[in-house]
Amino acid sequence: MELIGTWLAAGLTLFIFSFLYRDNPFYKFAEHLYVGISAGYWVSLQYHNVFRPNLWDPLMRGDLTLLIPFALGVLLFTRFTKKFFWLSRWALALIIGIFAGIAIIGYGTGDLIRQVHANILPLWTGDWLGSFNNFLLIFGVLTALIYFFFSKEHKGAVGAGAKIGIWFLMISFGASFGYTVMSRMSLLIGRVYFLLGDWLRLIS
Amino acid sequence: MRREVPIIICFLAGFFFISDYFIPQEDWTEVAHRVNQWAIIVIAFAYVLGVANIVRVNSQVIRRKGDDWKYKIVLLCGLVLMLTLGIGLGIERGTAFNWVFMNAIYPLQATMFSLLAFFIASAAFRAFRIRTWTAALLGITAVLVMIGRVPVGEIIWPDFPDFIEWIMNVPQLAAKRAIMIGAALGAISTGLKVLIGLERTYMGGE
Amino acid sequence: MKDKIVRILEYLDKLDRRIIFIFIAAAVALPLLFPLDIDFSVTPPVRGFYDTIQSVPEGSKILLSCDYDPGSLPELWPMHVSAVRQLCQKNIKIVCTQLWPAGSPLAEAAFEEVALGEFNKEYGVDFVNLGFKEGREVVMVSMGTSIPKTFPTDYHGNRVEDLPIMEGMENYEDLDLIVNISGGLPGTKEWILQVVSRFHIPLVSGCTAVVAPEFYPYLQSGQLQGLLGGMKGAAEYEKLVGITGLGRRGMDSQSVSHIIVFLFILIGNIAYFTTRKGKKK
Repeated sequence: MELIGTWLAAGLTLFIFSFLYRDNPFYKFAEHLYVGISAGYWVSLQYHNVFRPNLWDPLMRGDLTLLIPFALGVLLFTRFTKKFFWLSRWALALIIGIFAGIAIIGYGTGDLIRQVHANILPLWTGDWLGSFNNFLLIFGVLTALIYFFFSKEHKGAVGAGAKIGIWFLMISFGASFGYTVMSRMSLLIGRVYFLLGDWLRLIS
Repeated sequence: MRREVPIIICFLAGFFFISDYFIPQEDWTEVAHRVNQWAIIVIAFAYVLGVANIVRVNSQVIRRKGDDWKYKIVLLCGLVLMLTLGIGLGIERGTAFNWVFMNAIYPLQATMFSLLAFFIASAAFRAFRIRTWTAALLGITAVLVMIGRVPVGEIIWPDFPDFIEWIMNVPQLAAKRAIMIGAALGAISTGLKVLIGLERTYMGGE
Repeated sequence: MKDKIVRILEYLDKLDRRIIFIFIAAAVALPLLFPLDIDFSVTPPVRGFYDTIQSVPEGSKILLSCDYDPGSLPELWPMHVSAVRQLCQKNIKIVCTQLWPAGSPLAEAAFEEVALGEFNKEYGVDFVNLGFKEGREVVMVSMGTSIPKTFPTDYHGNRVEDLPIMEGMENYEDLDLIVNISGGLPGTKEWILQVVSRFHIPLVSGCTAVVAPEFYPYLQSGQLQGLLGGMKGAAEYEKLVGITGLGRRGMDSQSVSHIIVFLFILIGNIAYFTTRKGKKK
C-alpha cells in the first residue's frame, strides 16, 4: 500500500507541475480532485471533532442549552432560500460579535499596549551601539507612524518625517520580500525532495 | 426586526467575550465560556454551509453542462468519497481516510503551494524594477536578506547573519511595529463599530 | 560587440518564463543530488526557542499546537519533528492540539515517528493528541477557562478525563509552555494576542518565513521567547537538537536558488534599463 501511495502522490505531484508548461487536462483533473476531497475532509473532521463531542454527546446527556447553537447552525442554511435568508443573519451575528470582541481585547492588550510599552526604551544604555539601536527603533516607529497619519498634509516637518518613515517601511518590505522568497523556495525544495528521494530513491 | 435582532445578538456575544476579561468571577466566566462553546459549534456549521454551497454550485454546472463540467463530476465524487470514508469508517491513523489524506491531499496541496517558487522567480526577473531610490532601498534590503539568511552568505562574509539579525531587530522591527500599532487601532475601532451596530456589512442585502 | 550585448539583453527582457522555471528547478534539484554541505551558525531567536524548552523542568506538561497544513509542510515539519524530539529527550509531557483541520494527521505522524518510534513513549501518559477544534481564537480563550470542556474527547475518541496525562489539568495554569508550529492564521499572532497577553504563559513559535519578520516585535517585547523562521530556522534548530533532517538537507538548495533569484533580479534590471535607453535613443 505504501508503494501505491508513493506512486499516487508522485503522479498527482507531476499533474500539478504540468501547469508550469501550460494549462492541461491533467492539471484540471488534479485541481478539481483536490477541491473535492479537501471539502469532504473538512466536513468529516468537523463531524468527529466538533459535532459529536461538543454538540451531540452532551445533548444526549441532557444539556438542552445546546439546542440554541444547534438551531443557529441550522438557520445558517436558510441562506439558500430567498424567503428566509434573513434568519441566517442571527447565526452570523453571533460569530461576528464574538470575533469583534476578540479583536478589541486581543489587539488592545497584545498589540497596542504591549508594543507601545516595548518601544519606550532608554536612549542611553551604557554603550554606543545599544543606545544607537534604541534611538533608531524609537525614531523609526515614530516616523513610520507619521507616514500613516493622513489627516494632515505631508508638508514641512510632517512631510520630512513621513519621507524618513517610508525609508524604514521600504527596509521592512524588502526584508519581507527576502523572507517570502525563502519561504516559496522551501516549499519547492520539499516537493523535489519527495520526488527525488521517496519516489525515485536518488537521494540517500 | 430583521436587522435589529442580529445587531442585539452581535452586541451580546461581543459583550460577554469582553466582559469575561474584566470580570474574573467564576459564574460570569462560566456564562461567557458557554457562549464561546456555542460559537465553536456555529462556526463548524458554517464549514458545512461552505461545502453545501460547493455542492450546489458545481451541481448546477454539471446540470447545464457548463465549462469544465466533466471535472466537476470528479470534484463531487472526491467529496462523496471522503465523506463516506471519514464519517463511515473513521479518521484515525491506519484508516482509508488517513491514507487518502497522506497520499492525495498532502501531495496535491504541497505541490500547489510549491508552484509559487516558480512564479516568484519569474516575477523577480520580469517585474522587479528598481526605478526610484525607495525601490532601490527595498531591492537592496531584499537581496541582503536573501543572501544573508542562507549558509552561502556566511561564506561570503562571516558576520553576514549578525548583520541581517540587526536589520531584522532594528529598522525592520521599527516599521513592523508602526504597522502593528496602526492596525491595532483600526481593528479596535472596527470591532467597536460592529458591536454597536454602525458596521453592518456582514448582514448582506435585504 | 555592443550591438550583440544589446540584442542579448533585449532577448532576455522578453524571455519565456518557462526557461526561468527550468533554472529554478535545476537550482533546487542539483544541490539535493550533489550536496555542498555548507555549514551555518545558529541565530539568537532559534537559540531562544531551544533554550526555553531546555529550561522547562523534566516531567512538566506543555501545550504543542500544530497549526499548519501540507501547504507549509517543508518549512514546518522539520521544526515540528525536532520539537517533539527535544520534548521527548527532556521527558516533558505533551498535550497536542490543532487549530487547522489538516494539522491532525500531521500531528499523529510526528508522534508516531518520534514519540512512539524513537522514544517508546506511552499514549495518554506521556503525550496526548486532543485533535482539531474549529473556532480559532474562541478555542484559545475557551481553553483558558477549561481545556477538558473545550476538548471533551481526544483525536481517537477517548474521553479526556480517562487519560492519566489530563489528570489535574484544567487550563493554561497547569501548563508550563506553549510550543506553536504556525502556518498562518490562526497561529502565533493569535496565540500571543489572546493567550500570552491574557493568561501570561510563555510561548515559543516555529513559523513560515513569510510571517517570521512580523514576529520580531514580539521577540523584542518579550511576548515571544523564541522563534524559528522558515526552513533556515528549522535547519538551525535541527543542528541544536543534533539531527540532520529535511531542514539541513534543504539548505544547499536554498543557497543556490537564492543566488539564482538574485541574478534574475540583477539581469532583469540591467536588461530593462539597457533596452529602455536604446528605445529612448
